[in-house]
Amino acid sequence: MNAVHLKLGRLAGIVKDALLSSYELACEGTSLQGSRLVIEEIPIVVYCPKCLELRTLHTVQWFACPECKSPVSDVIQGRELQVVALEIQE
Amino acid sequence: MSPRLVEVRQNVLRHNDVVARELRQRFHEAGVYVVSLVSSPGSGKTAFLEKTLTLMRPDYRVAALVGDLATDNDAARLARSQAPVRQITTGTLCNMEAAMVRDALEGWDLDRLDFLFIENVGNLVCPSSYDIGEDLRVVLLSVTEGEDKPLKYPTIFNTADLAVLTKMDLAEAVEFDLAAAECNVQRVRPGMPLLKVSSKNGSGMGEWLQFLTSVNAGWLDR
Repeated sequence: MNAVHLKLGRLAGIVKDALLSSYELACEGTSLQGSRLVIEEIPIVVYCPKCLELRTLHTVQWFACPECKSPVSDVIQGRELQVVALEIQE
Repeated sequence: MSPRLVEVRQNVLRHNDVVARELRQRFHEAGVYVVSLVSSPGSGKTAFLEKTLTLMRPDYRVAALVGDLATDNDAARLARSQAPVRQITTGTLCNMEAAMVRDALEGWDLDRLDFLFIENVGNLVCPSSYDIGEDLRVVLLSVTEGEDKPLKYPTIFNTADLAVLTKMDLAEAVEFDLAAAECNVQRVRPGMPLLKVSSKNGSGMGEWLQFLTSVNAGWLDR
């Protein structure tokens, strides 16, 4: 196994660096030893009910439309914690 | 040979999600409304729950599961309410998982319950990623913790359905800025209702019970 590709949403409740360091520890002595964890960070995308548009949030501390500043609660993307693919050397 | 990319597309917490879905289905079939409580350690979850169980017991069939890394002190405290209570000790895990809830329910007749409360391990980080089959997730914040907790732990607040400010009897003594706290909760979770309670003097408990009764009525009519 060369690598594990993972999608990590900014609202998943997981810190990328902590995951990377624990991955290495968890893989020790298994068939994944020496493999890389490739993390694609997924931004938070919300639906703004006022603009009727999808918007990307740049902070997790303020759920407001970056354009019109309306409060937004409809999270479309950003909670992902998903193994997308395995990279295997044959 | 060049490496081959095998598409998997599997959620890391898939197993937990599956168990949580099964639990929710069981709860719905039995007609039991499930409320989970999350907060940092020491925010007053157990006192709040003890008061809640005591007040509800005359009118509803209530029970509680309580999680901690170690000890069954909280279960002993909650048992004073006379409601059925079970302790889940998670060992070194900083949050409950759906399978722990399922195992702890072994032998309980869910048909005989109206409300089940699940007090999660005191932690504002790990529980946010785990569905444990609840219908309502309540995040507690005590006035002694400071108004900016929602901004420091936005993920857990964002996954909750209701915020409860506890220890309101101490608000004045610690110069708690209620308006700032409300504003911070709304910033990270727009539209989330917020209740203010004191488990010590009972203030706000009436509104909390009213809230539960009304969400439960809506749920039973679904």
